[in-house]
Amino acid sequence: MLTLTCPYCGVEAEETELHPGGEAHLKRVGPDGSDEDFEAYLFARKNPKGVHFERWRHAYGCGKWFLAARCTASLQVFGTYKAQTPHPPAEIVDAIRAHRPDWQPDWTPEQAQAESAAE
Amino acid sequence: MPPDAPRSGRYSVFAIAREALRQHSGWNRAWASPEPRGRYKVIVVGAGGHGLATAYYLGKNFGITDVAVLEKGWLGGGNTGRNTTIIRSNYLQDPSAALYEKARSLYETLSQDLNYNIMFSPRGLIMLAQTEHEVRGYRRTVHANHLQGVATEWIEPARVKELVPIINLDGPRYPVLGGLYQARGGTARHDAVAWGYARACSDMGMHIIQNCEVQGVETEGGQVRAVSTSKGRIGCEKLAIVVAGHSSQLAEMAGFRLPIESVALQALVSEPIKPCMDVVVMANTVHGYMSQSDKGEMVIGGGTDGFNNFTQRGSWQHVEETVRALIETFPMISRLKMLRQWGGIVDMTGDRSPILSATPVGGIFVNCGWGTGGFKAIPGSGWAMAELVAKGTPGPLAAEFGLNRFREGRFIDESVAAGVAH
Repeated sequence: MLTLTCPYCGVEAEETELHPGGEAHLKRVGPDGSDEDFEAYLFARKNPKGVHFERWRHAYGCGKWFLAARCTASLQVFGTYKAQTPHPPAEIVDAIRAHRPDWQPDWTPEQAQAESAAE
Repeated sequence: MPPDAPRSGRYSVFAIAREALRQHSGWNRAWASPEPRGRYKVIVVGAGGHGLATAYYLGKNFGITDVAVLEKGWLGGGNTGRNTTIIRSNYLQDPSAALYEKARSLYETLSQDLNYNIMFSPRGLIMLAQTEHEVRGYRRTVHANHLQGVATEWIEPARVKELVPIINLDGPRYPVLGGLYQARGGTARHDAVAWGYARACSDMGMHIIQNCEVQGVETEGGQVRAVSTSKGRIGCEKLAIVVAGHSSQLAEMAGFRLPIESVALQALVSEPIKPCMDVVVMANTVHGYMSQSDKGEMVIGGGTDGFNNFTQRGSWQHVEETVRALIETFPMISRLKMLRQWGGIVDMTGDRSPILSATPVGGIFVNCGWGTGGFKAIPGSGWAMAELVAKGTPGPLAAEFGLNRFREGRFIDESVAAGVAH
């Protein structure tokens, strides 16, 4: 059974207290998006066998949505963080790297910085 | 017939009598285990039910026998050997009903066709309606099935009780209000389906190569050329990817993405008991379904994990949820011990319908997205996939199940029919 720590209320919650919400950091496609963009936004979910970022809701607790970094192959949890981030924060990346030295993020530091500034 | 393929011989009462007289010394292996050649016309990745059925119908319907079926583990060791063996075709949408009914009708004569006893048991299947919404939903399905030529009927609670004497109709929370009954639904021996197809493929001269993991896909000018495997590079003209839970990984090797997420689905069996239930019962509101195996075990399945997962384990709270619900409907199972529990990785699509499709890479075809309910579809899936691979374009069975339906919004929404059931 998965155990995740809610980054808002600090409670260490087990799977039955939480509601899974699918892939994290999805970018909403605007009205000028192409058919391909909309298809990808709606259906082409990342499905890695390894490091994955996803949304969870502390349903039977504080009720808030948060994000988790997790390995889908081993069920190891690398950490949880608040939902208001366009990309996983540095400490989560470090935690992943500590266990998966070969893992590469699929975003660039410049992207992360630009989007954080735009927030 | 290549020299490395021992013919298993035709199974018959005469073969049994002959072997009885010579102390059973003449039974050969059911299929050969050759080393791979450098090149095949068609490579099928995945020696589960769907992959082997694809190979079988390529040979039987299209005369293509220069085929290798590659399997990273052992034959039928994935979801083919992990499902709860339920066969039914009571789906709502026309394309699904056509495909699943094709599969169910092929199951009727599959033992004879393959000369291998797959123990098809059309014992009848009831999907219980336990809320008013389900009553309406299943009545609608019955009407749709009548138009589609699928034999199902709506039955009242008294008839449910007659068919399933161990059921408790007036559960405190979810009383049984009736059921969607398919008299020719049932079960089959899942391993035997894989074994029977494998034997028939091997007899046609195809190569079934186990412990051979595909590690890369080689393309040139947008066309597939070969796969690299743990047993070396193997060239091919066409590649059929039929790997269920790992479809996304194979697609990534070939350079495209699939609208698939992989989650764990689990099942369990009780200790064996005397025969007590000779139909399959599914209770979708409470997320549980149950049948009794020929060995006497109560075979029980439930819902999937709600998060991406590649561990073939499952989790205890799902066992508890499923069993907690089922003992309200079947009080007599409350004191049974659980014998074993297992999980498999299922490939879920957004509309809960499968994908049988050409892909952005020339010569590569995918058969995936069967989600929680692939076993029942094996013969129909193989039939339709073989046509797609042989001709390059889908026939009528597979036409609606292409990848482009997600872009075009032509979903085949089976979340009601397939939401839980398997």
